[in-house]
Amino acid sequence: MLKLFSNRVVSLGSMRENGTVVRRVSENPDYAQICREQEYFLVRDRLSEVPEGFAGYLFFEKPSRDVPLVSYLLEPTLSYLRNGDIVKINTSHGTLRTVYRRNSRHNSVLVTERCNNYCLMCSQPPREINDDHLVDELLQTIPLMSRETLSVVITGGEPTLLGERLAQVINAFRCYLPYTAVHVLSNGRSFRDLDYAKAIGQVQHPDLMIGIPLYSDISSKHDYVVQADGAFDDTIRGIINLKTVGVRVEIRVVLHNLTYDRLPELARFIRRNLTFCDHVALMGLEMTGFTRSNLNKLWIDPKDYQAQLRDAVAILDGAKMDVSIYNHQLCILEESLHRFSRKSISDWKNEFMAECNGCTRKRECGGFFSSATLRYTTHITPFHDD
Amino acid sequence: MASVFQDEEFYLPAHHTYSLLPFRFSRLDSDRYVAVNEVGESQLLLRDELELFVRKRLSQSSRLYYALKARHFLEDNDSDIAADLLTLKVRSKRERIARFTSLHMFVVTLRCNHSCQYCQVSRQSEDRSAYDMTEAMADRALDFTFRSPSPAIKIEFQGGEPLLNFDLIKYIVLNAKRRNVVEKRDLAFVIATNLSFLTDEILGFCRDHAVQISTSLDGPADLHNANRPKPGNDSYEVTIDGIRRAREALGVDQVSALMTTTKASLARVTEIIDEYVKQGFRGIFLRNLSPYGFAIKTRYFDGYDSDSWLNFYRCGLDYILQLNKQGCSFAEFFTTTVLQKMLTPYETGFVNLRSPAGIGIAGIIFSYNGEVYPSDEARMKAEMGDKIFCMGNLMTDTYEQMMLSPALLTPLEDSFAESVPMCEECAFLPYCGSDPDYHYATQRDFVGHKALSGFCKKNMGVFRYIIQKLEDKPEERQILESWVNW
Repeated sequence: MLKLFSNRVVSLGSMRENGTVVRRVSENPDYAQICREQEYFLVRDRLSEVPEGFAGYLFFEKPSRDVPLVSYLLEPTLSYLRNGDIVKINTSHGTLRTVYRRNSRHNSVLVTERCNNYCLMCSQPPREINDDHLVDELLQTIPLMSRETLSVVITGGEPTLLGERLAQVINAFRCYLPYTAVHVLSNGRSFRDLDYAKAIGQVQHPDLMIGIPLYSDISSKHDYVVQADGAFDDTIRGIINLKTVGVRVEIRVVLHNLTYDRLPELARFIRRNLTFCDHVALMGLEMTGFTRSNLNKLWIDPKDYQAQLRDAVAILDGAKMDVSIYNHQLCILEESLHRFSRKSISDWKNEFMAECNGCTRKRECGGFFSSATLRYTTHITPFHDD
Repeated sequence: MASVFQDEEFYLPAHHTYSLLPFRFSRLDSDRYVAVNEVGESQLLLRDELELFVRKRLSQSSRLYYALKARHFLEDNDSDIAADLLTLKVRSKRERIARFTSLHMFVVTLRCNHSCQYCQVSRQSEDRSAYDMTEAMADRALDFTFRSPSPAIKIEFQGGEPLLNFDLIKYIVLNAKRRNVVEKRDLAFVIATNLSFLTDEILGFCRDHAVQISTSLDGPADLHNANRPKPGNDSYEVTIDGIRRAREALGVDQVSALMTTTKASLARVTEIIDEYVKQGFRGIFLRNLSPYGFAIKTRYFDGYDSDSWLNFYRCGLDYILQLNKQGCSFAEFFTTTVLQKMLTPYETGFVNLRSPAGIGIAGIIFSYNGEVYPSDEARMKAEMGDKIFCMGNLMTDTYEQMMLSPALLTPLEDSFAESVPMCEECAFLPYCGSDPDYHYATQRDFVGHKALSGFCKKNMGVFRYIIQKLEDKPEERQILESWVNW
């Protein structure tokens, strides 16, 4: 697992930049002078030459000689940083967050920690805080991202709690990264207000999808999973409104002990009522956040819901809906489901277990969340294709 | 420490009550009822379950309650989304009505080299002037066609044997495409032909202009040739050879076949299906014989009734399901049409299962003499001497005069099954439709008495049979679900 956050940033120089700064990092000692002023230079080892003119310098080893005015010492866990990545440093707290990795297919940006749901299995437990600065910093980050970025996920908390500012963020992506797919993870409730859906639609982003969770065909059961009365109705209305204004919608179902039983019924409900949605993702549980507190309620060995999963996929695929299975290991999925399985877990937290050693299909396998060490299926059986 | 999370019960409404949403129910078999809502979602209930449900005494946490709630048979005070979703589903089901006429059939000639017993219209004649459509009529028919607001326009060439007037087909295709440069419709062409006059020149034209071929295949050689006499008695051989050549020129998906059921077919459903499998088709439409034209005149139609057709259909469907279980993917197309109505939010394009009926507003036919009819069956009736459905003539009447003529509007207005006695209370209504031609032909009335209607009996038999399979046979349910988007 990559550590995207560090709280052991030590200032080495005689100056510090104040507050939070967002900088792109460079490994190019010959970088054009005019481009250096906004970037931090990565110094890999103590013997390297330190080129002049960068906004700051990031060291992995404490240098023996004098350092430039703005210089920081980073933990070795951050040594994955590469040319074109973007970091956010807060010098007064001594923290660094990697907010963008140019070579990753899994860049996500957190825009708020606030949420109006309180899902039993939330992987990012919400906090009721003022975090408006996150958007300010993101708006600085977006122009620094590579135009070749394939996709970016906007996540929270609940991004729509930003209100109009979410439209502003999506618009920034449209302007600076016109070829990048933008995926917003939202509970969809705010879009019950048609005008708000319109505001997002009017950005006219060329490749936008809103991923919205739906956990049951029964209102009270969905509301229970997300711990919010009335959420089901809001979410359904939100989905309809988004599609009405031409924004693409993905339905996301996290599979666990409270959702697997009616999964085929949920698939039928989707086929009947929401067949105009653009994608359905059936997702394995991540063992982090609130899932840990509610593990007894939520845990079921994925092997034990294969029948329901197979039925649901058959129903949705049969309705010509685009359906994917996320976060699952190939060896526990029935053969007929393999073609729906995606390598969906973000690269920085995607791992394999000791049992997987020698498996010949790791490359196609979804693998595990790093957090799965807490509990995972007892049915791992490595493939041994010749 | 008390949990910050609430239990499931917390999210149930404190004072539980529910109200019924619109639905109809009918007895399915000896001990079960089927309830169907306005948009075709269904639920099976035992008699006492049905009573508990309508008396509002169902337990809020029973599986039956959940099923009825999710399918919008009831609404409780936990959620008021049902009306929104039902509205959306009704709109989807009715969408086709607004799109208006898409299928336009051109009878380019009545002449034919076959003399099929069940055919209502063809003529064995060399007289082109008497039985061929003219270019002037074709022009007027194209004017008419492009008056339809439908975003999709399908032009079907009919006969007689339309390839006997292939020059006119070319004329119509080229002119339709020329007009479509401006019109920008989704334009498609199909020729309904017995393939006897297929040439490489014709196939080349079809390939260049994406014209599809639809032919008749009634079953194995002896049955086909008996049903479809022609000089030389080699209709089967000609058809099979034509299918092969058409597939090689146009691609397999551009060539389809239709079978007509006759009394001689009734005992041979498995052989007929085998013939379609053998010829590489992905499915078959087990059609019933229509009660028109020569069929009635020759008293052919009396040869068998709805019950014997239903038996034919059931045996055929069972056999096809058996084939699928043995790894042969093959569908029955009347069943797929019904399944689309049962399992999807959309309405089917099949004109005979629509309310209001599809006459004129889904399909329309231009006869060889310029007369316009709201359906193929209606022009057949006219060939028999009864022009009750004649909407007018292309050469003398305007689009408005014809589309607003009583010959169309009267049967159309009578075809809203929702207000037809016995239909309006039938659970199967959302799966069914109206067929004013059929009821006029059999009962001299556009509506007809449903207790005496072969259309009603046949359809109800099919609906019941499919529902029983969906409910009682999980393996067959899986196969049937895979047919929905065949």
